[in-house]
Amino acid sequence: MTGDRVAVVGAGMTKFVRRAQETPKELSWEAAHLALQSCEMTIDDVDAVVIGTAPDAFDGVHMKSEYLSDGCGGWGKPLIRGYVGGGTGVFAAIQGWYHVASGLFDTVLVVCEEKMSSCQPHPQAAFLTIFDHTTERPLKPNLLWIFALEMNAYMNRYGLSKRDIATVSVKNKRNAADHPAALLGDPDITVEDVLNSPVLAWPVQRLDVSPVTDGAVALVMSANHVARRVTDRPVWVEGVGWNLDTAYWTNRDLSYPVYVEEAARMAYDMAGISEPRQQIHIAEPYDPFDYKELHHLEGLMLFDRGEAPRAAADGITQRDGDLPVCPSGGLLGVGNPIAAAGLMKVAEIFWQLRGEAGARQVPGNPKRGLAQAWGDLMQVGTVVVMGV
Amino acid sequence: MEEFVYDSVYLSSDDFREGRVLFEMWEPNARYAWDAGVAISRYLQGLKAAKLIGRSCPDCSRVLVPPRMFCESCFYPTDKWVTLRDTGTVLTFSRCYITWDLIQLEEPQMPAVIEIDGASSGMGIMHMLGEVDPEALAIGMRVRAVWKPPDERSGSITDIAYFRPLEE
Repeated sequence: MTGDRVAVVGAGMTKFVRRAQETPKELSWEAAHLALQSCEMTIDDVDAVVIGTAPDAFDGVHMKSEYLSDGCGGWGKPLIRGYVGGGTGVFAAIQGWYHVASGLFDTVLVVCEEKMSSCQPHPQAAFLTIFDHTTERPLKPNLLWIFALEMNAYMNRYGLSKRDIATVSVKNKRNAADHPAALLGDPDITVEDVLNSPVLAWPVQRLDVSPVTDGAVALVMSANHVARRVTDRPVWVEGVGWNLDTAYWTNRDLSYPVYVEEAARMAYDMAGISEPRQQIHIAEPYDPFDYKELHHLEGLMLFDRGEAPRAAADGITQRDGDLPVCPSGGLLGVGNPIAAAGLMKVAEIFWQLRGEAGARQVPGNPKRGLAQAWGDLMQVGTVVVMGV
Repeated sequence: MEEFVYDSVYLSSDDFREGRVLFEMWEPNARYAWDAGVAISRYLQGLKAAKLIGRSCPDCSRVLVPPRMFCESCFYPTDKWVTLRDTGTVLTFSRCYITWDLIQLEEPQMPAVIEIDGASSGMGIMHMLGEVDPEALAIGMRVRAVWKPPDERSGSITDIAYFRPLEE
C-alpha cells in the first residue's frame, strides 16, 4: 500500500435523532469530543481537521465547514472540507487517510455532521437542484424519482420482487435495535410491515427508505508511530478507492453501479485483496434505500450480479451469517444524517474489528471489513477497507 | 462503545407547535436565470419545432441525447447535429404518489427514462408518461412524444407534454 501506514484509533458519535436541539456546531463538538476521549487524546494532539458535510442548502448556511470549524476543533489548524454528496462520509475518512499517509500530518480529526431538520418543509427541497436546470427541472422532478427509476431498472433486470428486497429493511431495522445511537431500531418489524407501508414512488414504499436525521460522527486517524503509542488495538486503513460515473444519468445502465465496482477495485488492489468474498469478513455498504444495499454488494463484487437478494433471503448477510452486512443497522435503522451516516459505517467497522460493538458484535473475530458510501447524482462510489 | 455516544437532545414536533423551544425562521428569495448553453439551446429550438435533436461524436460515433458540445467519454469535440425520431423505448419508470414536500397525489405522476430512437443504445432522457393506465406500464414499452400545439411551444423540455404508448 502507498504511503505511511494509517490507523483509526478513536471514534465517537451523537445519537441520531429526527430533530436535535443542538446546532450543527454543537453536534460536531459532541462527536469530536467523544472521539478524542475514546483514545485519550486532546485537541492539542490533532495536527489537521477534515470536515464532511452535505449541501449548504440543508442548513441555509453558506461556507458550512467554516461555520462548523470551531465545533470540529479546527481553530488554528489546517482544515479541509470534502463533499461528494451521499458519498461524503466515507470520502472524509479517505481524506483523513491521505492527509496522514502523505506524511504531512501525524494525527487528523475527521468530523462529519448533518442537520437535515432545519430545512422546511422538507430537506428534499435542498436536493431538487441536482436535476439539470434546463432539461429536467421544468418537469418538476422529486428526488424519489431517481431512486424509484433505478430500483425498477434493477428489479426488472434480474426479475426481483419487492419481497426479495424488503428483507434488507427488516434486517437493518432489527440490527439497529442494538445500536445505542439508533433512530429507527425495531426488533419486531416484519417483511409484511415493509410490503404494507404506503407507496411513495413505486417501487419505493415508506419502509424501503431511511429517515431524515440529525447527527454527527468523528474519527481520530493517526500515523503508525502515533497509533502504536496511543492504542494497542489500532484498526489499519488497508485500502481506499473512489470513482465517479457520468452526470448524464439517463444515459447509464441504472441496474448496475459500475462506479462502485471501480472504487472497490481501487481499494482492493491497494489492500492486496484478490478474493474479496473470502477476504472481507464484514461489510457496511450504503443503504439509504433497501435495494441500494443489494445493488452495492454486487458492485463491491461480494455477490454476483442479481444474486445479492437471494443471499439476503438465505440469511448470509445477517449478523451471524457468513458475511454480516450492516450489523450497525445502517442508514435504514440507525438513521441517515447524510455525511455522518457514511462515517458511522467506518466507525462501525472500527468498533466491530476491535470487538467493541457490544450487542451488535458479529461472531468469529472478524479481521477485515469495508465501508462504502454512494452519492452525488447516483454516480459516486467511495470505499474504505480496514483490518486488524 | 456506548460510552462514546453523546446523548443529544431530541425535539418533537409538539415542542415547536407549542412554542417550548426557541428558533429563528428564514425564507430565502433566490432567483436564477440559467443560460441554456450552446448545445441545449439548439436542443430547445428543435423542441419548439417538434423535433428531438442529438449530437454525434466523430471519435466513438455515439449519437448523444441530450446533445453536448463535447463527448465525455472521448473528451473530444462533437461535430454533427442529428435529428432523432420522437419515438422511443421505456428503460425504466415509476408511479409517484407524492410530491417533493410530501403532499399525496390521487393520480400518480409517471416519470420515466426513455431511450430515443435514432440515438445510440441506452441514450435516454427523463420525461413523463401519459394516456396510459399506470398499472399497464412496463419496461420495454414503445412510446411516442405527444407535442403541445405549435402556439403553446416555447422552446422547453415541456414542449413535449408527455410520451404515450405507440400503436405499431
